[in-house]
Amino acid sequence: MSELIGDTALPTGLAAPVPAADGLDLPFWEGLRRHELVIQHCSSCGRFQWGPEWICGRCLSFDLGWESVEPRGKIFSWERVWHPIHPALASAVPYVIVLVELAGADDVRIIGNLAADPTQEITIGSEVAGSYEDHNDGPAPYTLLQWLFIENPDALSSPKN
Amino acid sequence: MSLVRDGKKGAVIVGVGETTYYKRGTSPDSEFKLCLSAILRACEDCGLDVRSIDGFASYADDANTATRVANALGLKELRFSNMVWGGGGGGGCAAVANAAAAVTAGYADYVVVYRAISQGTRRFGAGSTGGAGVSEISGPRAFTVPYGLISPAQAFAMRVVRFMHDYGVKQEALRAISLASYFHAQSNPQALMYGRPLTEQAYDESRWIVEPFHLYDCCMENDGGAAVIVTSAERSRDLKMRPAHILASAQGADSRKALESLHNDLSYASANFRTVSDRLYEQSGVTPAEIDVVQVYENFTGGVLMALIEHGFCPPQDANEFFQLENLIAPDGELPINTSGGNLAHSYMHGLELIIEAARQIRGESTSQIKDANLSMVISSPMSSPVSNLLLTGAEL
Repeated sequence: MSELIGDTALPTGLAAPVPAADGLDLPFWEGLRRHELVIQHCSSCGRFQWGPEWICGRCLSFDLGWESVEPRGKIFSWERVWHPIHPALASAVPYVIVLVELAGADDVRIIGNLAADPTQEITIGSEVAGSYEDHNDGPAPYTLLQWLFIENPDALSSPKN
Repeated sequence: MSLVRDGKKGAVIVGVGETTYYKRGTSPDSEFKLCLSAILRACEDCGLDVRSIDGFASYADDANTATRVANALGLKELRFSNMVWGGGGGGGCAAVANAAAAVTAGYADYVVVYRAISQGTRRFGAGSTGGAGVSEISGPRAFTVPYGLISPAQAFAMRVVRFMHDYGVKQEALRAISLASYFHAQSNPQALMYGRPLTEQAYDESRWIVEPFHLYDCCMENDGGAAVIVTSAERSRDLKMRPAHILASAQGADSRKALESLHNDLSYASANFRTVSDRLYEQSGVTPAEIDVVQVYENFTGGVLMALIEHGFCPPQDANEFFQLENLIAPDGELPINTSGGNLAHSYMHGLELIIEAARQIRGESTSQIKDANLSMVISSPMSSPVSNLLLTGAEL
């Protein structure tokens, strides 16, 4: 398999993400819908943190906001999944999950899929850029952030979309 | 500072009980009946009157509540009940430590640590939420499930990938860990993989679950029940089995941001034992070289690798040389591990079967016995949080 099947990295049918009932992560999901990556940022000590929490784990401030971050970073780790744990994935294996270190956000890491040939060799430290993936058809539309290799990092000044 | 230095105040494991173990979803008995059966067998093992039990400790969110068990067994009084947070097996040794703490504090006299699993209706390996039939998901798992990161194997593989990358660890190191469990299971008639040896070739040719885990790097999923009885060394003298003294135990996590931080742990390529292992050695005054045998929870072989390294048995840069089958097996390996067959080949009772095997090594009853085993270690569920460990000894403290 060298080409993506369809418009999304994985087939539809997996559980759709919805914001937490307590509102903790609502800005993140709203941000993705408008194709903007926002990460929790402490207004007191000025550091990013992830996953979202109600308090800054560094300075114990409750004064946390959300800052826009360019979706670019490096692969911190990755895995190639062969066993489809969910029926929707039966035709999608193998697929690759990447853990991306965001250079513009104190190297916090976020999880996504590699939206490219899943059989290729993957090197930790490779530079990747985010690509917003809309899921508009369900009762609760949402957007995911997927990742592509930057073949020539200097040639790409803004993320593909 | 040792948890137990005074032999009169020290706590011991004195009775052990196991049901027949079954392949996932095939137990003829309900989970609660499995739980009760294991407790009754542990009492029978050491000659304890069931009605003397006055406390319970468990972990992994065991569904069989202490109150129901106490009622079912007709206990006179429930004096202690305790559960370690966390849905995985990381709290196994911690549950024993909590029982020991209750006994040494005088809260209870005979505390049973138990774990019963029947996976006919719920399956741990599939991930607790986010499987088929779930249409929406929120909270931490909303950040993983839509990307196909659902199961425990998937949740842990990236830690191991990073560790193997950092230290140049080869697949053969994971293979040796898997082969060691299967090797020992061939001597244990109670092991589910008894009579089913694993070869290097069969391992290499087995399918990938998620790289770097082949099928044989992943624990089984089973039904059954297991229980141990913790009491004081003094009381154990009235019982018929040789006690395994609880020398030390530590629990917790080494990272300020463990597991629920969406893979942002400060020490990511880790089994979460770096500080927990330090505390075990500080309590016991023991060094890794003195340990005779280790039962180390194989949720996945990569976790075993990192946990043993974090317990000081081998520096990470020497992993390829250290993790060879001949080093890991009884009777003469440098560090025999998982001598009953472990989670991979004996039974997956969330690691309580490993604690029982560690006690059996002290008793001299293992089917892969280490000669004169006197320091017997257990490591619960690497990469989980909290994790825990335990050091048993045969010597009177």
